[in-house]
This record gives sequence, C-alpha cells and structure tokens, in this order.
Amino acid sequence: MSLTRYTVQRLLLGVGQVAGITTVVFVLTEALPGDAAVVIAGDHPDPERIALIRAQLDLDRPAWWRFLDWVVGLLHGDLGASLISQRPVLDLIVGGAAATLLLAVATLVLLVPLAVGLGMLAARREGGRLDRTLTTLAVGLYAVPEFALAILLVAVFGVRLGWFPPTAVGADLLAQPGVLVLPLLVLLARPICSISRLTRAGMVDALRAEYVHHARRLGLSTRRRWLAHALPTAAAPVVQQVARTTDWLLGGVIVVEAVFVIPGLGTALVDAVAARDVPTIQGLCVVVAVTTVLVNLVADLVAFRLAPRTVGVR
Amino acid sequence: MSIHLSRRTLLGGGAALATALLTGCGGDSTGGPGAGDTPRRGGRLRVAFAGGGATETLDPHLANLFNEASRAKAVFDKLADYGPDVSIQPRLALSWEPNADLTRWRVALREATFHDGRPVRAADVLASYARIVDPDRAFRARASLSLIDLRASRAVDDRTVEFALHRPFAEFGNVLAAFGAYIVPEGAESFDRPIGSGPFTVSSFTPGRSLLLARYPDYWEGAAHLDELEYVIANEESARINALLGGQVDYAHDVSPTTARTHTGNDRVAITRMPNSNLLGFTMKVDRPPFDNRDLREAMFLLTDREQLVETVLSGTGQVGNDLFGKGFQYYADDIPQRTRDLDRARALVDRAGARGLRIPLDTAPVAAGFVEAASVFADQARQVGLTVEPVQRNKDTYWRDVLDGGVMATFRSGAMPIETHISQRLLTTSTTNATRWMRPEFDALYGTAVSSTDEAGRRRAYGDMQRMLHAEGGLLVWGFADFLVATAPTVRGVSAEAPANTLDWARFDKVWLA
Repeated sequence: MSLTRYTVQRLLLGVGQVAGITTVVFVLTEALPGDAAVVIAGDHPDPERIALIRAQLDLDRPAWWRFLDWVVGLLHGDLGASLISQRPVLDLIVGGAAATLLLAVATLVLLVPLAVGLGMLAARREGGRLDRTLTTLAVGLYAVPEFALAILLVAVFGVRLGWFPPTAVGADLLAQPGVLVLPLLVLLARPICSISRLTRAGMVDALRAEYVHHARRLGLSTRRRWLAHALPTAAAPVVQQVARTTDWLLGGVIVVEAVFVIPGLGTALVDAVAARDVPTIQGLCVVVAVTTVLVNLVADLVAFRLAPRTVGVR
Repeated sequence: MSIHLSRRTLLGGGAALATALLTGCGGDSTGGPGAGDTPRRGGRLRVAFAGGGATETLDPHLANLFNEASRAKAVFDKLADYGPDVSIQPRLALSWEPNADLTRWRVALREATFHDGRPVRAADVLASYARIVDPDRAFRARASLSLIDLRASRAVDDRTVEFALHRPFAEFGNVLAAFGAYIVPEGAESFDRPIGSGPFTVSSFTPGRSLLLARYPDYWEGAAHLDELEYVIANEESARINALLGGQVDYAHDVSPTTARTHTGNDRVAITRMPNSNLLGFTMKVDRPPFDNRDLREAMFLLTDREQLVETVLSGTGQVGNDLFGKGFQYYADDIPQRTRDLDRARALVDRAGARGLRIPLDTAPVAAGFVEAASVFADQARQVGLTVEPVQRNKDTYWRDVLDGGVMATFRSGAMPIETHISQRLLTTSTTNATRWMRPEFDALYGTAVSSTDEAGRRRAYGDMQRMLHAEGGLLVWGFADFLVATAPTVRGVSAEAPANTLDWARFDKVWLA
C-alpha cells in the first residue's frame, strides 16, 4: 500500500471517528440526570426559575434539534457558547489549552530521550545487574497511581522540605518554572516506565535479529549497528506508545491538574460535565478527538516508514 | 471587632437596627485584631477559594458561589447587608422609613461614588433592581425583590428612592439585603471589567484562575488597608491548604475540621472559626407517609444523638441544633428548651405510629461536607429504636432539585439568612422551595401577621409562635450548626470571627491587613 493512499484512508476514518465520538458524548451527556438549568439553580431549586433558565438556554427544545444546531455551527467553524458563562467555547478551549499544551510538550521533551536512553541502557547487557535494577524500579514505579504519587511529592518536597512550590495556584507557569517540577515528575513517572520497557524489549529483539548479526559480520561499528539498524526497528512500537501517551496528556491528566491547581483542559472538562454545559463538553471532545486521531495518524505514518511490516499486519 | 461596633453605633437605620444593637453586642469575644495590633496599610493579599472554573462571572446579580459572593462584595455594594446576628445593617442606604401601612418605603442613600467617579444615584438603584426582576431573566434575587412594585416606585431626588410595595411588608430591610441585590451603574450590562461602588476596583480577570483588584481610594466607608487583593481558584481543599503552607496564598477559604485539627499549634497557620454558619439537618416530608404521622416525626427528633453527630461529622467544630433554623440570629426562639435524646419515649412513639421495623430511605449526596457521614451516623442511631433508615446516594449535581419534590427524607443544609427569609422561601404554602412540604394555613397567617405589622413586640411574638409550631411538629430535623473555617497566614489580621457565612463580614477583605 502506498503512503499517500494509506494517509487518505486513515484521514477519512478519522473524520468518521470524530463524528462518532461527538454523537456518543452528546447522547451520554443527555442521559445524565439533570441539565444546566438545574445545576445553575443549585441549592435554590425554585421550579419556576429553573423553567425560565431552561427556556433562556434553549434547553426546552428537543435534543435532536440542539444537536443539529450544534453540528451546523461546527461546520461553520463555530463551537458555540458555554451555557453557564455565555462565553465562546473556543475562548475556553484556547485558555485551557495553553497550560495543558505546556505540560504535554515539556513532558514529551523530557520523556522521549530519558525513556529511550534508559531502555537502551537496560538492553545493553540483558539480564545484567543494571537491567534488573531498572526493571524492578520501572515495574514498581508503574504500580503507583498518579494521585498517590502526587500527594506524596507535594507533602514531602512541597510542604515539608519546601524545595518546590506545592501547587501552581495563581502562578504564571512560564515565568515561574519551579511550579512545573512536581507536576512533571508525576506526569513522567508512568510513561517513562512503559516506554523504557518497550525500548528495552524492542532492542533486545532487534539485536538478536539476523540482519543485525549480518551487519556485524560486515564489520559495522557497534554504535552504527545499534543506532542505525536496531533502534529504528525497536522504535516502531515505541513511537506508537508515545502517541498514546500524548493522548493521555492532552486528555488533561485530570489528577495532576486537580492536585496542583493547573487550570487546563482536564479541569475545564470536569467542570463542564458537572455543570451539564453541553456545548463546552462537545467542544472539548472535538479537540481531544481530533488531537488523538492526528497524533495516532502521525505515529502510524512514522512506524510505517520505520518498519512497514508492523502496519501491514494491522 | 471594635471597629465594626463603633461603625454600627454611629449609623442610624430602620426598625430592625435597634434590635441589632441589642443582640449584636452579646457574643463578641474572639477574633478581630489582637491587642495593640493596629491596622497597617499596603501589600497584596492572595486569597484561595473554590470556584466554578469557566462558569465564574463578575456579574454580581449572577453571584451563586462563595467566591462570587465574596468578589461581589469587594467590587459592589448592596443597600443593606446582614450583620453578625443576621439583622439588617445599612450600607448604601442610610435609612429606610415606611409610611403608616407599610406599603411605601422611603430610602435615603449615602454619599458614595462608583469607581469611575460618578455618584451613586437613586436612578442607579432603580435600574439595578429593574435588571434583577426582569421577567426574561432568572437572577436569584428576583423572588426577593418581586415584592417591589417598580413601576410605582420613583426617585424623589438623586439621593432618595421611594419604593412602592405590592403588599404591606415590615421587614423591608431583608429585601434590600437580599442575596445578590447589588447596585450597579444604570445601563451596566458588560461585566468583564465591571464598575461598582465597592472598596476595590477591578484590575484584571481571568475566569477560573485569577482576579486582581486594587484599593478604591474614595470608598465611602474609608479606603481598604490593602493595596491589592488577588483571588485565585483551588477547588480541592487540600490544594488550598497546601498553597497556604507553601506561602503561595495568605488566606484559604473553607477548610475542613480535620485540616483545622491537624494544624492546631502550627505557627504557620491561623484558623478562624465562624460559628452558626451552616445549618445541618434532615428534611422530612410532612405531606406523605411515613412522616405525615406526627408521632413518627417526634420520634425522629427524640432518637437523634446530636452530640454524637457534631462530634463525628463535624469533628466537634460546631454546636447542636434544636430543630430550628437560625441559631443566634435575630428573632431566634432561644426560649424553647433544647431537645435531648430520649430513646424510651422515641420507642413508644414509634410503636404508637405502628412504625416498628419500618424502612425509611434517606436521600443524600456528597454536595456538602459531612452529608454522607451524617446520613450513616443517623442510620445507626435510628436502628436503636427499631427503625431501618437506609441512606441512598443521589447524584450530587442535581441533588437539590431531586429532593425538593421526591423522596421522604433527605440530608439538608442552609447558609445564613434572616429567619423571615427562611420562612418565606421554604415554609409557606406559596413557597417555591418548600422541601418539607410544610403547608399550614394557621402558620401562613402568623407569618402574615408578623410582616404586616408595625408592632415590633407583636412581630417577635409571631416569630416565636411560628418557631414553637415548627419545633413541636415540623419536618426539619436540625441536629447541628457547623462552624465555618478559614485558614490564614499568621501575618493576616482583621478576619472577623463574628461572621457566619453569607453575612457582611464573612470573606470581606477591605477590613483585613497584613502585619
């Protein structure tokens, strides 16, 4: 299959996936008890007032009408306005994306060289002391849930020792990079384990493969054999795992945002669901769905280039 | 506290104020500035609140959350507000005087200016109220202000408003102090950078993150001590207290009793307790089985171990309740004896009601601290008289609407408001949020007597009679009142401990300074 044809096929599939996801999310949101009017009324649930709010927000219209209205707006590039604040959903997304993007990019920039480096280090002497130590650490760390790790780090390094700010409350993330240290540690903890393990496994397999042995017989240097021949094969599953990590990061890393008070997309999504703010939920879902589709597409294209057979199997 | 008392003494006011002076001085003992500690000007105070994320707004008429209410009072003023005993204190209004039949009220405005230098005029007051009662909108204060006939009301001159009412109403001050009844400049519609007449002006606002305010030097009550006030948002209680411990904020709003106990004796944190802030209890619907049976309601009142609930659910940071709203507030019937546990009588009443072994679903949800815990502790207590109370977890986002009409019993809480407001919103046949379905013509009549009479003693008697009825056979089981807790850095001074949540001095920062 040619790369172009593969790309077009995957893009069409992606559009279908995004459409499917937004429809499912809309249906699920509708299935939740209560609507934005009930949430706005809060602890003063005056029925007359709830009815009035409902009429103002067009919530008294049938669900299919509201969904079609939203789809038509989306096709015109309009994500609509929040039911609660009446601010454009696009502004909300742009506001939340800055923090989440910064966290995601910083995590990836640190993650890829660190994880791949550790994986290769472990693969150098399979079964050696370093390999076993790294394996033990990786499995152990992977087993710690993010929230537990986050709370532990805050308690020890934030509050007790005072080395790093315990939260990012009111901070400008770029101007005070110190506030990013603990969140980044939490974000790195799990993917660094999975990716270094994958790299190690891929490298071990590749180094056993016939073509690498052949390269040695041809007299290529160890460095050349590792980086130019074994690593690309080992990297294909790694790239796909990195793509999955990216989805996870952009999905908001809700726990990290909540513990460290970073107002990103995850926080925005949680707030929107609690407030039954359907246009905001839908807008965020479109962003996350499109990002997921694109990131996975890029990862698969890279994997296709690195090792075409892995794609052929799919 | 001395500052507040002298100010209150200086100001004249309506009929309500006289009682405020008498009752308001009683309980002052703790809080406020320490001895010899004089206010100092300057600095930026950073305060952390839970927020609504992108749903936050600076439109004071939409204020709903704690942080929105606190911000509204920093930027805007009401004509009147709640004092420490939830009596009505004059603010932008100097006084309010009725005509003989209580249908027209003349309000004198003080000399005050908006942040752009324009004076606060009668026209601004009328325009603000017209905005709130606009039938096409759904502002929270609309129900409270609907008593006013705005078309028949008028500006006598720039500093005098004459309000016409649809019916006689003696407690007009309660209307002026209603939650969300803020005065905005005439024609104000955009609230991205709003103009108010409050002690702080808006410098910058990012919804869900930060609001930076600056001192308004020409504030009518005297400029704030602080140069700047910054609100930041941290929804998790642990994040607020961590930010305080890490020196990132100076004031953490709404901390838990557990946190308070953990940091007792920690010199990095000071805890201020605001008693009588939050009523905690259970609603029983008196219009349907099983609670249409008066004996069973009384049995529920008698089986409750209030001390145990306060001790376990509130970690002791609260007081027991006596099945009545508004402990310590103006018109509260503190002559009614405190109800105590009487298991024998409760068992006898359960038997008389034929309710032994009855299963009673108790709706609850984690909408407020302690709700779920209170339900399970109460279920244990009820078991001892042969009742099976079964806590049922409901959806927390729609809880209040769900339990308004549905179910038979639910966990309940309420912030501070005048007893009159509590009654009119929740206990009259016409009330829109009557969660106990208490509908008694004779009770409605007593309320009518209280609010249509100029006779202060008669009014107090009517409130007493209403509360005696509720205490004897009402549907609201009030087991306790939670203290409201805020944590501050040791440099923060002037945080009033005499201010139940929702009252004027609660979460109010123009009287706070940094030592």
